[in-house]
Amino acid sequence: MADVTLQNVSKRFGTIEAVREFSLAVKDGEFVVLLGPSGAGKTTILRLITGLERPDAGSILIDGRDVTDDPPGSRDIAFVFQQYSLYPHLTVYDNLAFPLRSPARRVPEPLIKKRVEQTAELLHISSKLKNPATRLSGGEMQRVAIGRALVRDPSIYLMDEPLSSLDAKLRAELRLELKRIQLELGATILYVTHDQVEAMTMASRIGVIRDGQLLQLGSPREIYENPADRYVASRLGTPQINFLPARLIPGVPTPTGTETVGVRTEHLQIAARNGGSLIGRIHRVEHLGEQNHVHLEYKGEMLVTLADPHAPLDAGQDVELHLLHPLYFDAAGRRIPAVMQ
Amino acid sequence: MAQIKVENLRKSFDQFTAVQGSNFTIEDGSFFAMLGPSGCGKTTTLRMIAGLELPTDGRVLLDGEDVTFRRAAARDIAFVFQLFALYPHMNVAENIGFPLKCQGMRRREIRGRVTETAKLLRIEHLLSSKTSKLSGGDRQRVALGRAMVRRPKAFLMDEPLGALDAEFRHLMCGELRDLHDRINATTIYVTHDQLEAMSMADTIAVMNGGRVEQIGSPQEIYDHPASLFVADFIGSPPMNFLNFQDRLRVGDQVVNFHEARITVPEIREAHAEGPLVLGVRPEHIRFSDSAAVKGRVFGAEYLGTTQIVTVDTAYGRVAARLPSNLSAKIGDTVGLDFRSERLALFDARSGSAIATASLSTASLGVAGHG
Repeated sequence: MADVTLQNVSKRFGTIEAVREFSLAVKDGEFVVLLGPSGAGKTTILRLITGLERPDAGSILIDGRDVTDDPPGSRDIAFVFQQYSLYPHLTVYDNLAFPLRSPARRVPEPLIKKRVEQTAELLHISSKLKNPATRLSGGEMQRVAIGRALVRDPSIYLMDEPLSSLDAKLRAELRLELKRIQLELGATILYVTHDQVEAMTMASRIGVIRDGQLLQLGSPREIYENPADRYVASRLGTPQINFLPARLIPGVPTPTGTETVGVRTEHLQIAARNGGSLIGRIHRVEHLGEQNHVHLEYKGEMLVTLADPHAPLDAGQDVELHLLHPLYFDAAGRRIPAVMQ
Repeated sequence: MAQIKVENLRKSFDQFTAVQGSNFTIEDGSFFAMLGPSGCGKTTTLRMIAGLELPTDGRVLLDGEDVTFRRAAARDIAFVFQLFALYPHMNVAENIGFPLKCQGMRRREIRGRVTETAKLLRIEHLLSSKTSKLSGGDRQRVALGRAMVRRPKAFLMDEPLGALDAEFRHLMCGELRDLHDRINATTIYVTHDQLEAMSMADTIAVMNGGRVEQIGSPQEIYDHPASLFVADFIGSPPMNFLNFQDRLRVGDQVVNFHEARITVPEIREAHAEGPLVLGVRPEHIRFSDSAAVKGRVFGAEYLGTTQIVTVDTAYGRVAARLPSNLSAKIGDTVGLDFRSERLALFDARSGSAIATASLSTASLGVAGHG
């Protein structure tokens, strides 16, 4: 395993700046997730690291060695794609062995057998080794695709939304598996996704990207509790954080320059009216089983908060709002530290 | 608007029975979701109600009137599909007004109805736009508008949000429910996504293998699942199932869970010695060193305020929803304490829930099967 560094990397396709002045250091044994919407430049970054694209500016280092001009084959990288493309005419065993049988590698057959069996064990597909690749469930196919990357022991694994074509249950299962495998192997992984749950649950660090730029890099907890700007704050958390224009809450003290106040749904508390100044009206109570989402209207703004499923709340009811741990943002959406004047 | 009643509705395709004698009533103005995995018979049931499929047996009543053998067009029902096809050469207003034009309605009247529909959907500003220029959400709204404009007695929707990504889907759920509250139209909504059904429906029918497993409000179904299937299908992460063997007597408040004794809601239904399943929702688990069920932390998934901690126990893997400030390191040994009054018990062989004080036999609202 090894660390991977991007230094001020830029890439342009015609008039589109896909990646702008992008710097990122993935440390040895780290699981970094780049989180962003489609078109943010996530896949381009992976393709630049593999050497499938050449940067217009900047350099890429693997284990301290500048590989910017090296061909893809010599970079020692394994790539897992969204669409598991297995060889349909080969068995699971032969699919897994395929990367090791490359003439460039010349791995002896007994060693291949050992690696394939170890990998299959790790992925819990040992009993399927003799199956044709086409006779597997979706989850098993994706495990084999991941396994094909794992047999090789490369310096870094690059993964491009590998779970997004699976159904919700399998995705949840494979999230856990992938994290376990990464910890067991001490693997370095750079993983890109648009799914915030994948990012929060698996990453050692998340990089939130938009329009080819890295907006914030930090542990899931740092990003969730301490977002650098309004966009990052809105990217993590379901339901989404509430934003209120500061002018609508004159009674609440805010730092100078505050334009918007952000309150996470779990920090927006509601109570029976008792002299408080912020009064909202319940618009709808959504029963989701383990908790309710309460949709409120406050001076024309729609807000969401969480409530116990058995709390006696009804549409039309007026309630008092209390903002815990508010986050302050200026007119440009930048975070203002919560220092009171 | 209308009440829809389904009586002993059955559908067979050669040897295969897609729907096995369903019975349910959808009250006027209510939002009814049919929820189940693919192949459970939900779409077939919907198509029989719409008149797109003839039942092998049974009846469909619309406002008390038997419409079982009436053609789809004569049922005054609007159908919204997953893949909404808009006419690309028409603008939004023409798309919405098309069904009325086909009925031969006067142009002025059409214009009034289209404007009124667009207002309800809050897309008035788009009326003269081309459909090819619209976002996914707006296209969906136009498709809905085309269904609404005829003022049908009921709306039948077959996974209309299936093609959208998760976050946007939840947003559209809120919008669809708001719309329902504005027009109060009887709606049947078919989906395999439990979150969509929970989020929008007044009543959910959970279907499995052509049968209705349970009918109830979202909270009833979540709190008191009638079977292992329902318990597993609703909730994310789903309910944990722990197998054990015991004999249950009416009035028991404790079960012998392997070597431990676990307090449960009072048993209301005797059960001979046999395999049982203890059902525990992830949010009803706490860590406690003194707890009888021990395990090792396999993974901890941070979700903001809460985390899902997965623990390997001698009885299987258990997911617990805990506050995220609680430390749970991989490999830690932990004890799992369950919130007694919220535990569920199932017969492992039949998969049916066992009646307890928290779950009376009456609330096991299973529809009759043919």
